[in-house]
Amino acid sequence: MANRQGLHARPADLLAREARRWQSRIELVADSQRVDGKSILDVLTLAAEAGTRLVVEATGPDAREALEAIGSLFDRNFNEHAGSQQT
Amino acid sequence: MLKLQGIAVSPGVTIGEALVLDAEGFRIPRRFVERSAVDTELARLAHAIAETSREMEQNRDRVRAELGEQYAAIFDAHLAMLHDPRLQQELTAAVRDRNWWPEYAVSRTLRRYAKVFQSLDNHIAQRAHDIYDIEKSLLRNLLGQRRETLAAISQPVIVLAHNLTPSETANLDRRFVKGFATELGGPGSHTAIVAEGLEIPAVVGVGPFLADVSGGEPVILDGNEGLVILQPDEETIARYRLEEEAARTVAARLGRLRDLPAETGDGVRVQIMGNIEFPSEVEQCIDRGCDGIGLYRTEFLYLTSKREPTEEDHFAAYSFVIQAMQGKPVVIRTLDLGADKMLTETMPEEERNPCLGLRSIRLSLRQLPMFRTQLRAILRASGLGDVRVMFPLISTIVELRQAKMVLADVMEDLAEHGIAFNRKMPVGMMVETPAAALMLDAFIKEVDFVSIGTNDLIQYTLAVDRGNKEVADLYNACDPAVLRLLRRSLDVAAEAGVPANVCGQMSGSVMFTQLLLGLGLRQLSVPASAIPEVKQACRSVSVADCRLIAEKALAMDGAREVKAYLRDQLRRLLAETVA
Repeated sequence: MANRQGLHARPADLLAREARRWQSRIELVADSQRVDGKSILDVLTLAAEAGTRLVVEATGPDAREALEAIGSLFDRNFNEHAGSQQT
Repeated sequence: MLKLQGIAVSPGVTIGEALVLDAEGFRIPRRFVERSAVDTELARLAHAIAETSREMEQNRDRVRAELGEQYAAIFDAHLAMLHDPRLQQELTAAVRDRNWWPEYAVSRTLRRYAKVFQSLDNHIAQRAHDIYDIEKSLLRNLLGQRRETLAAISQPVIVLAHNLTPSETANLDRRFVKGFATELGGPGSHTAIVAEGLEIPAVVGVGPFLADVSGGEPVILDGNEGLVILQPDEETIARYRLEEEAARTVAARLGRLRDLPAETGDGVRVQIMGNIEFPSEVEQCIDRGCDGIGLYRTEFLYLTSKREPTEEDHFAAYSFVIQAMQGKPVVIRTLDLGADKMLTETMPEEERNPCLGLRSIRLSLRQLPMFRTQLRAILRASGLGDVRVMFPLISTIVELRQAKMVLADVMEDLAEHGIAFNRKMPVGMMVETPAAALMLDAFIKEVDFVSIGTNDLIQYTLAVDRGNKEVADLYNACDPAVLRLLRRSLDVAAEAGVPANVCGQMSGSVMFTQLLLGLGLRQLSVPASAIPEVKQACRSVSVADCRLIAEKALAMDGAREVKAYLRDQLRRLLAETVA
């Protein structure tokens, strides 16, 4: 998780929206916690801070494409600038 | 089971169903829907979600236009949470599979999320507020006009709320509300005094706990220990049932004292008066066989209404009490509020030290039209029975004289208009500052009676705010400095032949009964709930023994020593009474 503010409401929303575009089941794993990637509420409960190691898992017919799309969200740092405001 | 510690403000224990009120006063009972109604209820839920969503979008657009994108984003987050597929699934399943009432499903489900967020050691914890916002909007749309309020309770409940205002507390229906607990509040708050008046167990200052409980769940409220117990186990429930039963037995035994006089073993008659705030409390005092009303606080008139009380408001309340007392004395204390609690437009700037600021008689003397209105009503009521007026927080002789002058002036006014009143109405003052106690030999010549208000006297003597956790342990009625001021005041009054009374929590606690009688006190003013116990204590002692106890206590140097001694003496007394 490179974003300075961690996985807060806005990136969590983006992530869940992206995840919902795919048929596959998508889950996020941090430490021992596993949550539904399509649920913003669930994703928020991870409370992932900057620097947290997150594993994204996809299972289903379009798993590969889904992982690529979500991966690129992380690569783009959820379209946030380093100094952007937390929402 | 979850045990929460709060501040005990009104004694008693009770077990009952929770009625949870959030900040807007919503009431969410645990209710189930008929199987046949599931589809209708699901449609109602869907409609509420759609309405809530529409409101959020409107808010977002308005905020975006007024404040910019950055602020509007918060509503985007709300919308995303509201439409979270997982949440929607859970809500639907709760109604369809568990047959929960949609309101209950919303409250339970969202509070569970709020609780998870609150437990996070992270800025995400603040998202809990968003969840509560969403819950509130959904509930408002679900309940609509059918919203249930405190006023519409029709079965026994324990009210759990974020906060209750004094007027909300005062309007609780005693037939159904078995007790209450609030997240906010402290001892000595007005809500606490009102709870004691209603004689229902109450615990305040519990801290955040509403996320842990839903309406309809069993709750135990222990107003003796200041405990709220959520999801109690069987064993705890059984233990509290026994305690409830024991309290009823004691109450029945003390009830038999009603028609017996408060007379000591050696034949000295003590007057036991009641403290009241609400006119209706007078019935509770009469039921327990009081000798009069020793302290009628009039603040409720100012606190329960949005406007300043009129002369008729005052008069109606006073005449109700006076007529109920049928010729027994009623001591009406004039307004004893701080400027911070008043509704007047001429509010002074925020005071740095309100307890030492513009309050009580000082405020009355500054707000003369308001003071005159109250005095007119008291005077008009003075013809209806044995009415006496008392000025609070007198600290200089000038204040006493000014207050008496205003009273004389109002009398002239009434006489001019041919309105009847008792020209000889006794006038008294409260002794609640060290200044008043030390100068009482001067004041005593100008009053017909005095009443010692121990709560304020202790606070001002020991320079301790008992609402402040950091120093509350220094607030101690047993402090020798307090006892000396008490002794001095009672001695001065006795020498001048002026009747003296002690009101305040000290007189209502049987630990002090022997000490106070030993210091020469013959009139105690106590909350209605304490009348039987204090009467019983008076009937079990002799004044000769009390004098020895007082002498010994007054010779001690420290509060701890005094407290231990008085506890011992009380224990001895109780042992004898039982034997």
